[in-house]
Amino acid sequence: MTKTFRFALLASTLLGGAASAQDVTLTIESWRNDDLTIWQDTIIPAFEAQNPGIKVVFAPTAPAEYNAALNSKLAAGSAGDLITCRPFDASLELYNQGHLADLSGLASMANFSPVAKSAWQTDDGAATFCVPMASVIHGFIYNKDAFDALGIAVPTTRDEFFAALDTIKADGTYIPMAMGTNDQWEAATMGYNNIGPNYWKGEEGRLALIAGEQKLTDAQWVAPFEELARWKDYLGDGFEAQTYPDSQNLFTLGRAAIYPAGSWEISGFNAQAQFAMGAFPPPVAAAGDTCYISDHTDIAIGMNAKSPNAEAAKTFLEWVGSPEFATLYANALPGFFSLNSTPVEMQDPLAQEFVSWRGKCQSTIRSTYQILSRGTPNLENETWNASANVIRGSEAPADAGKRLQDGLAGWYEPQK
Amino acid sequence: MASKRPIRWHIGVFLAPAVLVYTAIMIVPLFGTLNLSLYNLDGQNRIFVGLTNFVTLFGDPRWSDAFWNALWNNCWFFIIHMLVQNPIGILLAALLSSPRLRMAAFYRTAIFIPTILSFVIVGFVWKLILSPIWGIAPGMLDAVGLKFLFAPWLGKEEYALTTLALISVWQFVGIPMMLIYAALLSIPDDVIEAAEMDGLTGWSQFWKIKLPLILPSIGIISILTFVGNFNAFDLIYVAQGALAGPDFSTDILGTFLYRTFFGFQLQLGDPYMGSAIATAMFGIILLGVCIYLFGIQTRLRRYQF
Repeated sequence: MTKTFRFALLASTLLGGAASAQDVTLTIESWRNDDLTIWQDTIIPAFEAQNPGIKVVFAPTAPAEYNAALNSKLAAGSAGDLITCRPFDASLELYNQGHLADLSGLASMANFSPVAKSAWQTDDGAATFCVPMASVIHGFIYNKDAFDALGIAVPTTRDEFFAALDTIKADGTYIPMAMGTNDQWEAATMGYNNIGPNYWKGEEGRLALIAGEQKLTDAQWVAPFEELARWKDYLGDGFEAQTYPDSQNLFTLGRAAIYPAGSWEISGFNAQAQFAMGAFPPPVAAAGDTCYISDHTDIAIGMNAKSPNAEAAKTFLEWVGSPEFATLYANALPGFFSLNSTPVEMQDPLAQEFVSWRGKCQSTIRSTYQILSRGTPNLENETWNASANVIRGSEAPADAGKRLQDGLAGWYEPQK
Repeated sequence: MASKRPIRWHIGVFLAPAVLVYTAIMIVPLFGTLNLSLYNLDGQNRIFVGLTNFVTLFGDPRWSDAFWNALWNNCWFFIIHMLVQNPIGILLAALLSSPRLRMAAFYRTAIFIPTILSFVIVGFVWKLILSPIWGIAPGMLDAVGLKFLFAPWLGKEEYALTTLALISVWQFVGIPMMLIYAALLSIPDDVIEAAEMDGLTGWSQFWKIKLPLILPSIGIISILTFVGNFNAFDLIYVAQGALAGPDFSTDILGTFLYRTFFGFQLQLGDPYMGSAIATAMFGIILLGVCIYLFGIQTRLRRYQF
């Protein structure tokens, strides 16, 4: 009896192996471990239903380890077939090293505007190596119940913004703003690069900085630090040791009124928060000024140049570039806004609010991402450190600007 | 009677597994790293640059400031361990070896348990304990009326590194305790009895009889602490991240190496400068161990019973 059983097992293994051998399995490398269930339950089944014979596995790594882990895997030849691309230099470097394939020939690339593709192109724009997936928009998410209870109107100017913070602080029920400096990146990403574009006029200032016409010591680049320094008084007790998850929890538990946010928070906040939420773009200096928002090209997907399943991978990438994927992705993950030229209908009100700013404000991307973080010291990492220092009050805004400028001028020719 | 000494094959055979494994996973990578530190990229090609990486590391203020900062932080980390961990370890061992102490086995186990915990757990638990928002530390201080003493220690430049060093001391105090405890137990009873006959008891007995006898163990513990501290990385990375905030005040050689070698966020990894830092770390540890071996260990007096 045992013998029969063994034969049965053996036979089923063989048959099973034969059946699955016809399938191609694609593995996706990603840092979005928060999205695992959405990929598994929504996106991948939709693709597999249309493409029998191709199986897709979503294999994410923790965000902070992704770049290091991916580089090691690519160097060792053990990376997956599809690579989720960070914007700009991290992916450009992978392309230059021959790890990412040139995807300029994909038919679906026609669905994206040049701006959408700019984050994943060579400097001359000749080759595009990742299919753009989504951008994220920065702004402030607020607790609507708290604003109603305290009779605060949604602030549009900086004075109104600080007046609102003062009102919340004076009332004492809520921590005015939920942010900490322990992890440093929020200070730069949701602080400096969130409020900054209003000062340096978005793309105008960003491109002038790259061209060497403006310096980080100029007033429009130091002023955001001066505003950040004022935030200190409105953060919770012990914000110096407050981590990113701490801030998220403080806000979703209803203990803080305003959260300097990136739109990627939307789905998590919708699930956690028990109160009504709204959002407003970074306030401008005077009513009626042009507003600028950080609409950052954040995530794309490319192909491992050494993938043995190149054909199947290309099929998948064509699908990622399709309007169908755009609708699926933008609705499964509200807050990741499609870069596809085809307009996407979104259901989520908070996501609609964020995306509506594209109509009334000028979009830009984070100032430190393109070209300027290529050297040592790394401008993005220095900006994290400087923003956190300025909020903690351990470095003066002007000193921070000078340090960043000195560092940039140390290796970047146009700034010398 | 010319006896031909037989070739003792068994020595080689018994040594081989350990030597092979150790060579494959320690010696070869070590020399690979030392070798890599002499190269750098010229465009896309790897070229031999001699000691240029070290000239950059020590000569360019952008690199050397970070390096000296990390080295000093590392020294401070070590100093705290030597001043706090080892004396407490010795004290605990002395208490444990006291014949009048009840439940000694329980204390021994309880104090040793943190040592076997993962850094990730230790870092996470202490971060929670010390959290100004959810932590129990502010509440406990409040309960005894000392709330004003609380500060977000891990977020303050002046306290963060010391706090982390003390967390590490909490985790590893079991090791010196166990080693000293074993050394104390190995002191023969007749030596102690002779001391008592001469009227030497209590603290003076500890200082004059026991301490000299456990000095070699303290030496070994010091060098283990030194090597462990200068290779430390995990706790800082878990608690403060690779940027070792606030403002690099907790940056030690291990986190500096990690950021450089593997890259961080937009900063791309630089295996050549990373290897140069790793080589410098190797040199520092080698120097420290040599000073101990030739300067201290040879002068320690050993007693034979």
